[in-house]
Amino acid sequence: MDLFRQTAHSLIRLIQEKKSSPSEIIASLRQRIKAVDPSLHAYLSLDGELQAPESFPKGSFQGLPIGIKDNICVKGRLTTCCSKILEGFRSPYHATVVRRLLAQGVFPFGRTNMDEFAFGSSTETSCYGVTFNPWDRKRIPGGSSGGSAAAVAADEAIWALGSDTGGSIRQPASLCSVVGLKPTYGRVSRYGLVAFASSLDQIGPITKDVEDAALLLGVIAGRDEMDSTSADLPVPDYRKALKKEIRGIRLGVPKEHFEKGLDPEVEAIVRRGIDTLKQLGAEIKEVSLPHSPQAVAVYYIVAPAEASSNLARFDGVQYGYREEGEDLLSTYSLTRKRGFGKEAKRRIMLGTYALSSGYYDAYYLKALKVRTLIKQDFDRAFRNCDCLAGPVSPTAAFRLGEKLEDPLTMYLSDIYTIPANLAGIPAISIPCGFTRSGLPVGIQFLARPFAEETLFQVAYAFEQNTDFHERKPL
Amino acid sequence: MSDYEPVIGLEVHVELSTETKVFCGCPTRFGAEPNTQTCPVCLGFPGSLPVLNRKALEYGIKTALALHGTISPLIKFDRKNYFYPDLPKNYQISQYDLPLGRGGYIMVEGDTGKKKIRIHRVHLEEDTGKLIHPEASPTSLLDFNRSGIPLLEIVSEPDIRTPDEAHAYATALKANLEYLDVSDCNMEQGSLRCDTNVSVRKKGQETFGTKVEIKNLNSFRAVKLSVQYEIDRQIRQLEAGGKLVQETRLWDPAKNATFPMRSKEYAHDYRYFPEPDLVPFVLSKGEIEALRETIPELPEERMERFVKGYQLPPYDAKVLTSEKALSDYFEASVRLFSNPKQVANWVIGPVLEHAKTPEGIASFAVPPERLVELLRFLESGKITQLAAKQVLEEMVRTKEPAAAVIQRENLSQIQDTGTLEHLIQEAIRENPKTVADYHQGKENAMMYLIGQVMKKTKGSANPKKVNVLLKEKLEEAKP
Repeated sequence: MDLFRQTAHSLIRLIQEKKSSPSEIIASLRQRIKAVDPSLHAYLSLDGELQAPESFPKGSFQGLPIGIKDNICVKGRLTTCCSKILEGFRSPYHATVVRRLLAQGVFPFGRTNMDEFAFGSSTETSCYGVTFNPWDRKRIPGGSSGGSAAAVAADEAIWALGSDTGGSIRQPASLCSVVGLKPTYGRVSRYGLVAFASSLDQIGPITKDVEDAALLLGVIAGRDEMDSTSADLPVPDYRKALKKEIRGIRLGVPKEHFEKGLDPEVEAIVRRGIDTLKQLGAEIKEVSLPHSPQAVAVYYIVAPAEASSNLARFDGVQYGYREEGEDLLSTYSLTRKRGFGKEAKRRIMLGTYALSSGYYDAYYLKALKVRTLIKQDFDRAFRNCDCLAGPVSPTAAFRLGEKLEDPLTMYLSDIYTIPANLAGIPAISIPCGFTRSGLPVGIQFLARPFAEETLFQVAYAFEQNTDFHERKPL
Repeated sequence: MSDYEPVIGLEVHVELSTETKVFCGCPTRFGAEPNTQTCPVCLGFPGSLPVLNRKALEYGIKTALALHGTISPLIKFDRKNYFYPDLPKNYQISQYDLPLGRGGYIMVEGDTGKKKIRIHRVHLEEDTGKLIHPEASPTSLLDFNRSGIPLLEIVSEPDIRTPDEAHAYATALKANLEYLDVSDCNMEQGSLRCDTNVSVRKKGQETFGTKVEIKNLNSFRAVKLSVQYEIDRQIRQLEAGGKLVQETRLWDPAKNATFPMRSKEYAHDYRYFPEPDLVPFVLSKGEIEALRETIPELPEERMERFVKGYQLPPYDAKVLTSEKALSDYFEASVRLFSNPKQVANWVIGPVLEHAKTPEGIASFAVPPERLVELLRFLESGKITQLAAKQVLEEMVRTKEPAAAVIQRENLSQIQDTGTLEHLIQEAIRENPKTVADYHQGKENAMMYLIGQVMKKTKGSANPKKVNVLLKEKLEEAKP
């Protein structure tokens, strides 16, 4: 049996039954990475030594490894966000999610590739080079958590953490045929996640199946005193939600998510997915999210505005890359000119402009108002539905370089994922089928704030009645 | 000159004396080794997040309430974006459109008499680190111990009209903050910093003139001097037909003048926007009222109480209440010695003289109990007024109680007539010429002889008694 192919929950069982051990699992993974990563480049580095399994608390995951996106701080490890400006930077502290993983015996095994500072939908803006889609190496894996999604899809990682600001977990999950969950804003602590857009960012699981996603969310979720925006709500046992029947569940289909721009092949696959749920007893309703066509526009004001401020700290003064100039101002500008990539600069410029005096009301303030309308759309929809279903991305994985020089088209690939971030609601992407050319397509479910259990319930039912998640690229 | 009216406003930044910083758990102690009181949050490290220290917010609200301000029910923070090396995130968490306090006033008494100076706003923010430029070194150093210390900014309305009023406002504000016990207000350590805005306009003119901001004011004296300098400079400029530019000028205490800031003038656009890492929240009326309850007696009230309760002259009461420590010292003494005027005289006089400054009273070597012991010796006639002052001096120097000093220095008033008579005889023997002068009717001679006797007793004799005894002896010695 190839250990690297297994899900976390099955490995845990093997460990508990003493049929395997974390060191065997790590060895198997290392071999797998050696074999496939040179052609995928999902990992940036492997974080070395395995703690002795007996050093982990009993009943824990006892040393199960996990892939960590390069924007989540692990003490003493490089945390670069795949940006030259953080060259050589080692975080002096653990992110809260990392502390929680370690407390449960899950250890950060490798750092995964991403778009620079999570700015992108293709993992092409990483300063360390692109990650290739395991299903077709001429194509992108999606992004920004492309490294995590590709690693899990290619069985180079048992599971992984990603972050999602506008779709950065769900879109690569869809394009690589794995499970990706963006939790409710506030469900998971952001402490130690290098901020992109603070009001939108969430850390979430990228896994091989729904059960692992439920398991991993249970480990990382919960109130954190270090993050004022984390919610003080109990964390349920998410696995209990898995086996609940979905008969009678009201599933809304937002008509705006099936309008022009959606690839017909992707549409057909997603509609078939919705039919599957109907056959399982879900009650299908068409709903409207009238302001969702404005979501991308709103997002590209709010997210760059916050990013422009969040990224101001990268100035070469305390840490990371520094280019010495003649004076303070030239040191700042040389450092930032050479340290940031093109997309990072574009977003910093966009955000700075949107916040500038004289433009603030017309852009930022207006965007906040429309954001509220988008939130209200969801509130209204969830009055009559328990869950919404639709596409994750308008197309399957596109070719390397295809959209890199056309930011507007690139930005539109997040058109269906962005609304969940703006509204703060949870959403999941799970494998839903394949195009004729064999590229994976995911389906997205969205639920009320803190109703992750509904997502797991619907996603698990779908997964149990389909076999897309079992197909492997390599 | 007198055709012009100055318009002055003050911006005071005060570090709140909370145990920990405003957005992290680091200590705020002054004077620690550089960069030993820091963490990822106050260093602005990637991934770190701020969490509001409730105590800092409470101190801010308490202060705004004490200044008669209105509290914003919605507490919200904003980011003020600008690049500077002492600002680790290159944005400062501050309050923009919803300061925690608006309005209010302070009563001040300057050279224009009693006057109400209105407060514009009070808001909470984080302090920056400190940039240190070692001499003859091409590099600058950074100390982030100060980064993240809670800072309260108190902005006055432009109600101030004279340099002395500016001084009186700053003094009154400082006294209020000390009474509230929200800051140690130490200007030398930078926990209270003051900027002034000064403009002049023709008398009767409604609109404001061109405003100049003065920074680097490290004492209230500097506030007064710099405002005076700036008023004169602006009027001179205008009288000479010149124009004023809106600018920031630095006060140079060595030259007693203001100079334009060297750095290039950037048009600052701080790009304020709501801080997404801190969730806005609503303060209930109950919470605000509970904080109002914690406001202690303030200088103005205490002064009135001293006048009414202790029958002190207003001048005494004002001096005593100018510093909380001084008024506390007075009250602690009065509690043990119920002659308020006598205590006031001693506190305002010799005590203040030895303590150097009203602030110095907190660490004054003679605590109230010991001062009172001294006053009791004086009251009982055991020592003279003159000796008492000497005793106090010794008490300050040696930190001994009054009794020990009196005994050691042999300062108790000589009551024993025998001893005094002996000393008087001595004086008569030693000054035959003066005695002769006395017998010829020269009154001055008497004064001289009393002086000689007092000298022998080291001032510890009762001058009246010496007078009587001396007269007797001189009569006896009459030829």
